Amino acid sequence: MSTLAPSTIDLASRLDRQAPAVEVRDLRKTFKRRDRKGGRFARKRPWPALDDVTFTIARGECVTILGQNGSGKSTLVRLLSTLLISDGGEARVFGHDVDREASTIRRLVNRVSVEASFFKKMSASENLSYAARFYGMTPRQTRTAVPEILGRVGFPPERRNEAMENLSRGMQQKVALARALLTSPVLLLLDEPTTGLDPRSKLEVQEFIREVRTEHDATILLCTHDMAEAEALSDRVGILDRGRLLFLEPVVDVKRRFGVETLEQAFFAATGREFEAEENDDDEYREVFG
Amino acid sequence: MSEFALETRNQLVGLFGIVERNVYLTKRYFLWDLAFMVWTIANTLTIVFIARAIPGITPEQENTAATALLVGATIWAFLGIIFEFMTETVAWERWEGTIEYTFMAPLSRLVHLFGQGAYAVLYGLIRATILFFAVAAFIGIHAPQANYAAALGLLALASLSFIGVGIMTSVLPLISPEKGAQLGFVCQGIMLVVSGVYYPVSVMPEWMQWISKISPATYALRGCRASIIDGTGMVWADVWPLLIIAVLATPIGLAVFRVGERHAKRHGKLKRAG
Repeated sequence: MSTLAPSTIDLASRLDRQAPAVEVRDLRKTFKRRDRKGGRFARKRPWPALDDVTFTIARGECVTILGQNGSGKSTLVRLLSTLLISDGGEARVFGHDVDREASTIRRLVNRVSVEASFFKKMSASENLSYAARFYGMTPRQTRTAVPEILGRVGFPPERRNEAMENLSRGMQQKVALARALLTSPVLLLLDEPTTGLDPRSKLEVQEFIREVRTEHDATILLCTHDMAEAEALSDRVGILDRGRLLFLEPVVDVKRRFGVETLEQAFFAATGREFEAEENDDDEYREVFG
Repeated sequence: MSEFALETRNQLVGLFGIVERNVYLTKRYFLWDLAFMVWTIANTLTIVFIARAIPGITPEQENTAATALLVGATIWAFLGIIFEFMTETVAWERWEGTIEYTFMAPLSRLVHLFGQGAYAVLYGLIRATILFFAVAAFIGIHAPQANYAAALGLLALASLSFIGVGIMTSVLPLISPEKGAQLGFVCQGIMLVVSGVYYPVSVMPEWMQWISKISPATYALRGCRASIIDGTGMVWADVWPLLIIAVLATPIGLAVFRVGERHAKRHGKLKRAG
């Protein structure tokens, strides 16, 4: 990619090549929540969003964490992007501790979340330029880099200067992808990037993720509840269930391990529950806090 | 380029980004800002007209009283803009949903908050200038001896302290997403009450006069009034307290913000997800 942010160029060249892209050991995060049935004055009780999660992602790998709403996927992504502080365990990105070396991590990581969050009155170009400044990209650099990256995600050039509030959700999500890639992260965290998109936009985004992986030396952690997407994009797939990572293996190994043909069946075999059936009060709370 | 030089360059570009974003937003909300300006002028008029109602004073004294009230109202409005922008550092970004992207960017918190403060001061100064001259023209205030350069200089110096205090209040929406922003205005109100916004500090109880000594607004108000009414320049008695408070306010503000940020990251309050 020709539009690397200066801070990333410098750091990327000095990364520890031997260290895994992501190394997570016994990671824990607990939120406190009030028991809904106990009313307003009920005591808060601890609610584990991540429970001793351990895994490693090699450099250049694309790994998918599958899980239902409230399983802890977003908490994991937020911990890796320095937006949350863990309660225990350890998480490292290219050998750097996410809690103690947050400023280093921030130059290496970027993220696309389920909501494409932007200043709605500002245009796609303005929002991207604003984000790029934080990574040291000057107006002269963004003048060429922004149209280039928007072109790569298939964003129509004539809508570049239109306010974000006038764009469809699919369009906004493409701009969100462009924002993440503009800063050339070496670790890309994708938190349900295609949720709510129409089938065509979904395919375009997935195609772009593949392209990023092959053309750019990026490691990808994809969190989703879309089994087909996980199977299509990843080297390994893991299931995060109620804060616990049940396994993280290549799809064929998962199917072989449980003697099943689909990931849905594997989920059922691993948890004893249907994948889509999990929508109770507890999960709603997990979603709120996770 | 050395690592330090590269980092400094990147931080300066980031600072420019904060100011640039605010310029975009001001442009987008220009008509709303214009409406708010009309409200501010109307509100200031309600205060300055009080000078006309004081019985038994000469036109000269009435002019002085009106000018003193106008300076107070203008600084109130100026401070209001700074506190509004600073509390919006978190509140607005949370509302737009961009807060996590800003907080995970490699921009130092000092540069982030100072950039927001710098734009607030710039924007506040423009609004305060328009407000002052619009109301002065409407009421017919004349200030032949006014030293506007000295008044602006004092206000700029005081702004460094206001930014520091603003940084402290900007953390409030991180702790209470619903009510935190309003608490910023409570802070603004308290600061002005003890600083003699429409009256001399000497009329307050002694304990309040003690508090007024640590408020940068006290020296800004006193200095600006003296410069506009009597034409005095930047008096050292106003300058040195402002310098000391400016040096202390920003590091203290930053430390307070860091504590709030860690609290928010520990309890998952950075983004309001539900």
